[in-house]
Amino acid sequence: MKLNAHNFKENAAKALKDEDLQASLAKLGTGFPLKRLAAAARLPEFEALRDQARDIKDHTLRHLDFYLEKFECKVQETGGHVHWARDIEDGRKIVYDICESVGAKTVTKGKSMIGEEMAINEYLEEKGLIPVETDLGEYIIQLRNEPPSHIIAPAIHLRKSHVEEAFRKTHTELPPERNLDEPEDLLKEARAMLRKKFIAADVGITGANFMIAETGSTVIVTNEGNGDLTQTLPRVHIVLCSIEKMVPNLEDCATLLRVLARSATGQEQSVYTTFSTGPKQMDDPDGPDQFHVVILDNGRSRMLGHDTHDMLRCIRCSACINHCPVYQSVGGHAYGSIYPGPMGSVLTPAIYGLEQSCDLPNASTMCGKCEEVCPVRIPIPQMLRSWREKQWEDGPVPILQRLAMSVWAFWAVRPKAYHFGAKIKMRLLGLLGRKNGHFKSLLFSKAWTKSRDFPAPEGKTFQQLWSEKGGRRS
Amino acid sequence: MSGEEKNVGLFVTCLVDLFRPTVAFAAVKLMSEAGCSICVPERQTCCGQPAFNSGDRHDARKMAEMVIEEFEKFDYVVAPSGSCAAMIKKHYPELFSDQADWHKRALDLSRKTYELMSFLTDVLDVKEVETTLNRKVTYHDSCSGLRELGIKDQPRTLMNAVEGLDLVEGENAERCCGFGGTFCLKYSDISTRIADDKCDDILKTEADMVLGGDLGCLMNIAGRLTRRGETVEVRHVAEVLAGMCDDVAPISRKG
Amino acid sequence: MSSRDYILGRVRWSLGRGAFERDSCQQLEARLNTPQSNLIPKRGQGDAKAQLSLFVKMATEVNATVSRLKALENVPKAVAKYLKEQELDATVRLADHPELQKLDWSKLDASTGFSTGDDLVGVVMAYAGAAETGSLALRSGADSPTTLNFLPDYHIVVLKAADLVGDYEAVYARLRRESNKTDFMPRTLSWVTGPSRTADIEQTLLLGAHGPRKLHILVIEDNGEAS
Ligand code: SF4
Repeated sequence: MKLNAHNFKENAAKALKDEDLQASLAKLGTGFPLKRLAAAARLPEFEALRDQARDIKDHTLRHLDFYLEKFECKVQETGGHVHWARDIEDGRKIVYDICESVGAKTVTKGKSMIGEEMAINEYLEEKGLIPVETDLGEYIIQLRNEPPSHIIAPAIHLRKSHVEEAFRKTHTELPPERNLDEPEDLLKEARAMLRKKFIAADVGITGANFMIAETGSTVIVTNEGNGDLTQTLPRVHIVLCSIEKMVPNLEDCATLLRVLARSATGQEQSVYTTFSTGPKQMDDPDGPDQFHVVILDNGRSRMLGHDTHDMLRCIRCSACINHCPVYQSVGGHAYGSIYPGPMGSVLTPAIYGLEQSCDLPNASTMCGKCEEVCPVRIPIPQMLRSWREKQWEDGPVPILQRLAMSVWAFWAVRPKAYHFGAKIKMRLLGLLGRKNGHFKSLLFSKAWTKSRDFPAPEGKTFQQLWSEKGGRRS
Repeated sequence: MSGEEKNVGLFVTCLVDLFRPTVAFAAVKLMSEAGCSICVPERQTCCGQPAFNSGDRHDARKMAEMVIEEFEKFDYVVAPSGSCAAMIKKHYPELFSDQADWHKRALDLSRKTYELMSFLTDVLDVKEVETTLNRKVTYHDSCSGLRELGIKDQPRTLMNAVEGLDLVEGENAERCCGFGGTFCLKYSDISTRIADDKCDDILKTEADMVLGGDLGCLMNIAGRLTRRGETVEVRHVAEVLAGMCDDVAPISRKG
Repeated sequence: MSSRDYILGRVRWSLGRGAFERDSCQQLEARLNTPQSNLIPKRGQGDAKAQLSLFVKMATEVNATVSRLKALENVPKAVAKYLKEQELDATVRLADHPELQKLDWSKLDASTGFSTGDDLVGVVMAYAGAAETGSLALRSGADSPTTLNFLPDYHIVVLKAADLVGDYEAVYARLRRESNKTDFMPRTLSWVTGPSRTADIEQTLLLGAHGPRKLHILVIEDNGEAS
């Protein structure tokens, strides 16, 4: 998708006023987090598993080249193909070439964030193919022609009326008087419509939550079963993944799976966790004839060994997003990136460049909730700060902000002058504010007083009072 | 406490110094009563966290150097703020990761730096406070104190020791209040929205007073509450523990 | 330069090293080829009886239904009973699995093979079950078409209690053990935990998104018989 992160502030302002969105977000804020809490409480080993999950990913990243090569080798041994894509262009072309080589017309798609990153649907459409998203949420937003607003619940910003509207507009072959009032009705219709697409598709594209070096398998984790139909029914199965999805073996994957669903939706396990290894085997009655894995880099190899290295541990569970007070306030679209919330604010600048996304690392209160819930213990606030440091060093920081900070720093390291100035100012403010105990507006801090009263100071600074009292100074 | 008096350097924090000296006096009182001798170096202003979180490492370091120089001589350094204490304890060493000499000094300082509530309970082993407050109170856990320093039970232990104090927990006591330092100025609308959630959570408890350990958050919460016309009082927890509620009006309210 | 070389080169450059030396490669190979389990939750580690009741509890929690049968021979009858309860015709599509095929299906309208989407009810054999989350392991093969696990509305899975283990790792170990090849993985190995669901519309949980609406598990306890 096209990045729209430079409009964060305007997008956020709009989102705050969008009542439908706010209703959805209110539900999200209590839904996933409480379920996660319950799931974690039920598994005494949860915290220890998180440590191991972190260590597994760390180990893999440190030896990523080794595991990537092993994986490639295994995929080939089991009859599949591996394609390397250094960037989005590269990746799209690979996918299209595969489709073209089998004369594909319709392509079904399971949910894939790498697919979103590549904007693969747009590309295939341009080339005359018909890509169909099959995850219910993805299908809905595809019909509405909008990007996902959440990495595992892409249509979370919508109400059922939006879905009804999209279905009525698209499924014109169905009787217009049909009833679509309830979510059940909408699901039933989507299920029936998509059934036909699954069966007609020539190529099925899925994402992957993990790649397993030991076996050359890719793993998808879903609740709907659409991913499985997508990769079983067509002749060709294409997997889109990125280099950091690697894990060494099945046992490592098991550990990560134990923390993934619990962190994401609070489920003990997602409904379908499917390992795909090569194309259909000799005696198999069904399954695809071809198995292709497209491994995308798109800036990730640059993150290794650097400030945002740890971000590559991310298993896309969305816990950080679900728990983020900023995301809970403005939703995913405000971020203008397919990766919203805390994880996105670290990842987006790495993928698209900091100039394109300078608001994102700043749009955080640094409350640390994301790090608290991240199953692989990514120190997200620290990484956001590292982006801020880059911005400060050579990036676009508003001149006023720079100025304010250096003025503050100038005084802060000159305590004598600072205390003198503070004394006068607080005296003044204290006098002015005595009547109400607060200010409704203050010239120098509109951003504060727009929606909050500013407390009046007591009048004297502590340093001043301490001196007056003759308190100990050394 | 037995043995020698502990020599404690009080890191006042810039917000307390400027806006609410009573908090510092409360801190002094509580620690003195528990057998500490409190010193307040004049050469202190800001811990550098705003600069640090803005990505301005250079200025953050300059401020940190000053704090280290001024405070390393004490047995303990105590701040009535989780976020300033966390800055010194967690981030100073990080700030000097590439300068061995400063790094060592930062680590030494880190080891003896505490947030006030944690110092009182974890180090001084205070269990009793001699004060009464017949109020229904709720507590806001500020993010830095909670997540960077693990401060959760300490203020509660002390609050529960106050006679008459009825503590009711907010459902989302641990949720950010939207302050976030410069965040509340840069993204004022979002900050307000988050502050509103916090206010709602507080109101739901039907407490008539909300306490916390960080003045930044408390100013934010108080500012939003009074703007909304609510009468819930906001105070730093130290004021209550030291029995100093009569010395100063609640934050953002007329005395 | 090919994208492959570019990416691998970039990875090494970023990590500040060249390709691995022989020695460290051997260590990594060893880690890869002698897989060790990480921490396994205690919850699934009870005896067979405890595992079975945990399995039933966990599977039921996620909206699967479970019947416990004394013997494999009882399966057709149990299937017929289930279909009746669900008010369905007695038509089933069976996996071409020897243990299923040897049973007497004469009371039902049973056909065998993979599914093309016209079957309402599929009956398959599970490869294994994992007690810790009430999950079924289904592997593709001549005796187990994947389409039967996802296309029919009603998914009936037969699980022999002897194939029930505590955790996922035990299933991987068995797969390795039973295969004489290094490539021991089937094309498709699915862990199935409850019937298909979605919460994509207003975060309302609905069963039967694209896969089966219902999952019915028949556990064969058959404890007297030695195999
Ligand atoms: S950063 Fe952590 S919490 Fe966020 S999506 Fe990734 S793994 Fe999950």
